[in-house]
Amino acid sequence: MVQCVQANFDASFGALSDATRRGVLEQLGRADASITALAQRFHMTLTGMKKHVGVLEQAGLVTTEKVGRVRTCRLGLRGLQEEAEWIERYRQLWSARFDELDKVVEKLKRKERVDGRKKRK
Amino acid sequence: MDERRESEAAPTKNHTTVERRSERELVVTRTVNGPARLVFEAWTKADLFRRWWVPRSYGLTLLSCEMDVRVGGGYRLVFSHQDSTMEFFGTYLEVTPHSRLVWTNEEGDGGMTVTTVTFDEIAGRTLVVVHDLYPSKEALDAASGSTGAMPEALDQLDELLVSLGSTTTE
Repeated sequence: MVQCVQANFDASFGALSDATRRGVLEQLGRADASITALAQRFHMTLTGMKKHVGVLEQAGLVTTEKVGRVRTCRLGLRGLQEEAEWIERYRQLWSARFDELDKVVEKLKRKERVDGRKKRK
Repeated sequence: MDERRESEAAPTKNHTTVERRSERELVVTRTVNGPARLVFEAWTKADLFRRWWVPRSYGLTLLSCEMDVRVGGGYRLVFSHQDSTMEFFGTYLEVTPHSRLVWTNEEGDGGMTVTTVTFDEIAGRTLVVVHDLYPSKEALDAASGSTGAMPEALDQLDELLVSLGSTTTE
């Protein structure tokens, strides 16, 4: 586990070791931007910018979302976002469990009613 | 918070909430439309428990489910996922019919997690509260998938580190 955390830090540092990537983060701190806009801003090819954004994304510093043909980049609030995402996944797990539990309880209720009716006869 | 529709033919699904109450505690709350004794039964009889504990969408198969629900009794769940199997096991610390269950999860390396489930019946419905107390903040974080539960993400990270190590910055 310690190694994993270490790896995360390393990835962040790796991502931050490049001037362009630091510039991209600065830029995204001001406003979300498309990869095309970032490429223009930093006088780079689209492919080059995609690589940089990919590194930042993998380190959890940036998130991207594709809407139509445009991929929008925004700052990834890694810590907070990961926890929120995890809590949501955990909630979904329990929600799915409880939905199944509902069915089991529903069956038990039905069975009780049937048994109760039989007893009354 | 939850919708109350009295229709029995199509019971509404109640909302599940999850709250991280402290560094070591996680609390899940949900109301079940049925009396506590039936909900408790579904939590304590293996043949019922295995019908709901593993949601179908998770791609896990419950291979076996043994539950000796009494104080000091143990449980063991074995799952298969693709080619591997996982075991979850522990001991029941408290068993109070229809109102309270406490068990340990002992499969982790960082100490045991204690799960307390309470069942409160209100007008024929049961409020279920599942409280997990992790041995440490680290254990909860590890369970939380920010690191431990995401092997694919970590593999990707490894690849990334390799590529970062080998490329010079432009």
